[in-house]
Amino acid sequence: MKYLVRALLYVVLVAPLALFIVYSFTEGWFFPAPFPSEWTTTTFQRTMDDPRTLGGMWQGFVIAVIVSLLSLILAFPAARALGLRQFRGRQIAWLMLFLPTVVPPLAIGMGLNILFLRVGLAGTIMGVSLAHLISTLPYTVFTLSSAFARYDENYEHQALALGANPMQIFFNITLRMMTPSLVVATLFAFLVSWSQYLLTLLIGGGKIITLPVLLFTAASGGNPSTIAIKSLLFILPPALVIAFTARELNRHGNEIREQY
Amino acid sequence: MKFRPSPYLALAPALIVITVMLGASLFYAVLESFGIIRVIGQDALSLDAYRDVLSGTGAAGGEFWVSLGFSLWVSAASTIFSSALALMAAVWLSSQKNQADTLAINGHLAFPHLAWATALLLLFSQSGILARWAAALGWIDVPADFPILVRDSFGVGIILHYSIKEIPFLALIVLGVLRSQPVGYDVVAENLGASRWQRLRYVMIPQVMPALFAGALLVFGLIFSSYEVPALLGIGYPRALPVLALRFFLDPDLRARSEGMVISLIITLIVLAVAVVSLKLEERKE
Repeated sequence: MKYLVRALLYVVLVAPLALFIVYSFTEGWFFPAPFPSEWTTTTFQRTMDDPRTLGGMWQGFVIAVIVSLLSLILAFPAARALGLRQFRGRQIAWLMLFLPTVVPPLAIGMGLNILFLRVGLAGTIMGVSLAHLISTLPYTVFTLSSAFARYDENYEHQALALGANPMQIFFNITLRMMTPSLVVATLFAFLVSWSQYLLTLLIGGGKIITLPVLLFTAASGGNPSTIAIKSLLFILPPALVIAFTARELNRHGNEIREQY
Repeated sequence: MKFRPSPYLALAPALIVITVMLGASLFYAVLESFGIIRVIGQDALSLDAYRDVLSGTGAAGGEFWVSLGFSLWVSAASTIFSSALALMAAVWLSSQKNQADTLAINGHLAFPHLAWATALLLLFSQSGILARWAAALGWIDVPADFPILVRDSFGVGIILHYSIKEIPFLALIVLGVLRSQPVGYDVVAENLGASRWQRLRYVMIPQVMPALFAGALLVFGLIFSSYEVPALLGIGYPRALPVLALRFFLDPDLRARSEGMVISLIITLIVLAVAVVSLKLEERKE
């Protein structure tokens, strides 16, 4: 029984990856052939030569970088206050930040679509980034504030007593002690933004076409090999991040929850 | 401490960004649901869209009740299946010391929904991999013989997607509870002669139920309001509420746009109500 559960667990994890890889490098694999007969890289090369593929990846990457930086800058002070201070209105602040995690992206996107069309942010990298920020910011704040809740401020007091100035304290104490959580929070924000489809579609309005948008279009009725290649490119960054942050992920995994 | 800033100042940037964007988007959503579309100079308040949707007569409204039923069915079935499977997975994982298995669960959690849905399409469609293997084994002759598992009218594909995809999130919640409980209860029960099944039924499950239920409600809200998966794995009729809402929001006919907005607001209300219940449950647990 135990082996069966474990086998199922790994099948679920590995099967889609294997499927994408096999499909990416075959051609003319149709019903009823149980296995591909022809191995080729032509479809892969054709997809990579298509400027939309690399363009989509690049746009998605730029947006995800902007979103993670903005989330980090905005979340850091907020998370510190939530994690270390007791103050009047703390509950309300927490609730306001919780709200975007339950309001459906569909509703946020449809409303923002109208707003951003009016202020000229629709169809721009900045507009799409701001829209993504709504879904990443709460997670960045919560990840960092749970780290701050375990953070011992006495190290800072110690440094102050020893004559360190605020800049030194920030860079040598605070930032150093928070580095692991900062890395995880930034990567989460990056991944949530990278895989965002609906908000990109609604705000990008056909001008900002990221990889998930291309993948969705392909999956709605395209060549299986093309679909598989785009899926592979799409899950490459998440796969890399998971491989490199395995230990941290075990601790924080559930904080990324469902946004993506 | 001199360099300690006020917590209000520290929270202000994040809160302003969230409040302004969320507030403004909600404001325009409500305006448009009342038929006020400034771009075309239409600024008379009307309840037509609400009436059309709720009475099931408008362009989009005609499908509203069918879609609501479809969405409720798909979300409820997926939530129940994934909760049951997550409970089993967590009980199994709690007896494991192997870190790799927890990591595998996390890996599945981090797998994007869009890619998972794509994989299911390639696997389960009528000319997909499983159909080919069935044909190779001589079970079927033509793709049409293979059962319709994705893009079907009962939402089987969507349920399949979420039942498996939501296991890690719920399993990790249950695992968190199990690992924070003292082992004592289980040992006491064992000493008193409880069988494995009895310990599971009367010790473990009552412990994890409140947390699992709160998590399951969040999952229900997520499934109920998500667009990509039902759009990819569903069909044209019946379609999930979010698919219906977006289809008509993007309609060139502006009357239909308002109806799309009304449906989106109804989805939001339902999801918020479910989230409030979930939060209340979690508060009581603490």
